[in-house]
Amino acid sequence: MSVLVLAEHDNAALKGATLNAIAAAVQIGGDVAVLVAGANASGAAKAASAVSGVAKVLLADAPHYAEPLAENISTLVAGLAKQGGYSHVLVAATSFGKNVTPRVAALLDVAQISDIVAVKSPDTFVRPIYAGNALATVQSKDAVKVITVRTTGFDAVPATGGSAPVEQIPAGPDTGAVRFVGRAVTKLERPELTVAKIIVSGGRGMGSAENFKVLEPLADRLGAAMGASRAAVDSGFVPNDWQVGQTGKIVAPELYVAVGISGAIQHLAGMKDSKVIVAINKDEEAPIFQVADYGVVGDLFSLVPELVKELG
Amino acid sequence: MKILVAVKRVVDYNVKVRVKSDGTGVETANVKMSMNPFDEIALEEAVRLKEAGVATEILAVSCGTTACQETLRTALALGADRAILVDTAVELQPLAVAKLLKALCDKESPKLALLGKQAIDDDCNQTGQMLAALLGWPQATFASKLKIEGDGAEVTREVDGGLETLAFKLPAVVTSDLRLNEPRYVTLPNIMKAKKKPLETIKPEALGVDVSPRLATLGVAEPPKRKAGIKVPDVKTLVEKLKNEAKVIQ
Repeated sequence: MSVLVLAEHDNAALKGATLNAIAAAVQIGGDVAVLVAGANASGAAKAASAVSGVAKVLLADAPHYAEPLAENISTLVAGLAKQGGYSHVLVAATSFGKNVTPRVAALLDVAQISDIVAVKSPDTFVRPIYAGNALATVQSKDAVKVITVRTTGFDAVPATGGSAPVEQIPAGPDTGAVRFVGRAVTKLERPELTVAKIIVSGGRGMGSAENFKVLEPLADRLGAAMGASRAAVDSGFVPNDWQVGQTGKIVAPELYVAVGISGAIQHLAGMKDSKVIVAINKDEEAPIFQVADYGVVGDLFSLVPELVKELG
Repeated sequence: MKILVAVKRVVDYNVKVRVKSDGTGVETANVKMSMNPFDEIALEEAVRLKEAGVATEILAVSCGTTACQETLRTALALGADRAILVDTAVELQPLAVAKLLKALCDKESPKLALLGKQAIDDDCNQTGQMLAALLGWPQATFASKLKIEGDGAEVTREVDGGLETLAFKLPAVVTSDLRLNEPRYVTLPNIMKAKKKPLETIKPEALGVDVSPRLATLGVAEPPKRKAGIKVPDVKTLVEKLKNEAKVIQ
C-alpha cells in the first residue's frame, strides 16, 4: 500500500491544509509520498520533505504548474497514480482540492470519496452528508481510492521532524486548455479562517457592513480571524470568502464567537465542531443557543464593546 | 449556441433530514423534494445567456427515477427549451452521472455544460469536474461570474482567499457558486407552458453507460449531538467562564 498526497502550496511553502491531508494518509498506512507540482517550487518541496511521516517527495517543476490549473495537474496526478501503483490519492478538501481531485478520479475511472472525516480501514471512510446532519460510512471497491480530506477531521502532522528525499520527476503535458487571467486576493490582516484558533463571526444581526466594525476590536483583542454567515455575505456586509457554512468554509477553532447569527443548519454545518462556541444574540430562542456552550442574550452593539473592555 | 444544464432532485434545503432508524440512509419518503439550489443557479445563468442572445437552446437533463420529471418540468418552466430524463432506479453516484452526461454531450454537442457546484444531499462536489475530465474539456468550477465572447469564455471563480479568473475556449464545463446570480421564481403561466415542452426519457443502457455504484454505503448515522450549554447573565460571567472553565482565552 502506498499513498500519494497532492500538496497545496504557493511554490515557496506548503499550505497548512496539506498537513491535515498527510495526517489522514498516515492513518491509512503504508508509505506516504507527497507530490509538489509547481514552478520553481523547490521551497515547497523542501518544506514537504521536512514534514513528519513523509517517506518521499516528488517534485514536478515546470512553468505550466505556476498556477494550479485542474487540467494540467489532474493529468499529472492520474498518470503518476497509474505508473506509481499508488493505492490511494489524497488531497485536502480546499477549493484547490475540490477543483482538481474529481478530475483525477474520472481520469482513473474510479469514484471519489469526498470530504472524509475519519478512516475506518484502508478502504472504508466516514464522510458527512446533508450538511453534516448525517455521517455516512462508505467502502470503495475501486483499485485506487481517490479522496479529499476535510481538514477539521484530522489534526495536522508536525511540519518538522522528517527528512524525506526529494525526487525530481518529469512534468506532465501542458494541456494549454485554460489561461490564467488573474487573481484578486482578499488582503488579510488577520489569521486565515481555516487555520485560526479563534474566530469571531457576524450574521444578519450585524445589520450593515459599517456595523461589522464593532467586531474588529474583539477580533484584535483575541487575535481572531473574522467570519460571517451566508446571510451576512448575501446582504453584502462582508466579502464572500468570509462565509462559514455548508457551502462556505468548514472551521473547527478552539473558540468560535457567533455574533448576531441565528444558527441556520447550513451555518451550523460549518462550525459545529468548534471546541467552544459562544453566542451573542438578542433572540433567546435563536437556534444558535442550542449548540453554544455559552450564550449571552442581549444587544450585540452594547455587549461586544463590553466584552472587549472586560477582556482588557 | 446550445447549453446543457444538469439538474438534480434533492431533499428541499429547508427540510431537517432524519437518519432512518435502521441506519441505511436518511428518510426521503414524504419529504419535500426540490431542484438542487446550485442547479437552479446554473439554469438561471443559462436562461440569462439565452435572453442576452448568446444561447439559442437550453437542454435540461436529470438522472434518476421517474420522479425527476417533476424537477425537469420546473426547469422547463424556468426557461429550458426541452428536457431529457435518464431514467433509472439504480442509486447514481457522481461518476455514473458524469458518464451519462458525457454520453449526452457527445450526442447533443452543447457548447457549454452548466452544473451546480455541489448537490446539497450527498455534498460530493464532483460531477462537473468529472464530466470535464471525461470530455477532455476545460473546467471552471465555483463560478461567480461568467462572460461569453465568441467561442471563448472568461470565468471568475470563488477560491480560498479571494477570486481567480480563467479564460478558455468553448466547449467547457462551468459549475455555479452561490453568487453567480439570483434565480427567478416560477410563474403560473410558465408552468402551464412547460407542460407542452418536450420531455424525453432514455435509459442508461441506451447511452451505453454502466451506472453501477462504486461506493457501498455501509451505514448512515446521526453525528454526535452537541449539547446545549448555558446562558450566562452578563459579559463578566462569560469572560470568567472562558478563562477558568473552558480555558480558551487568557
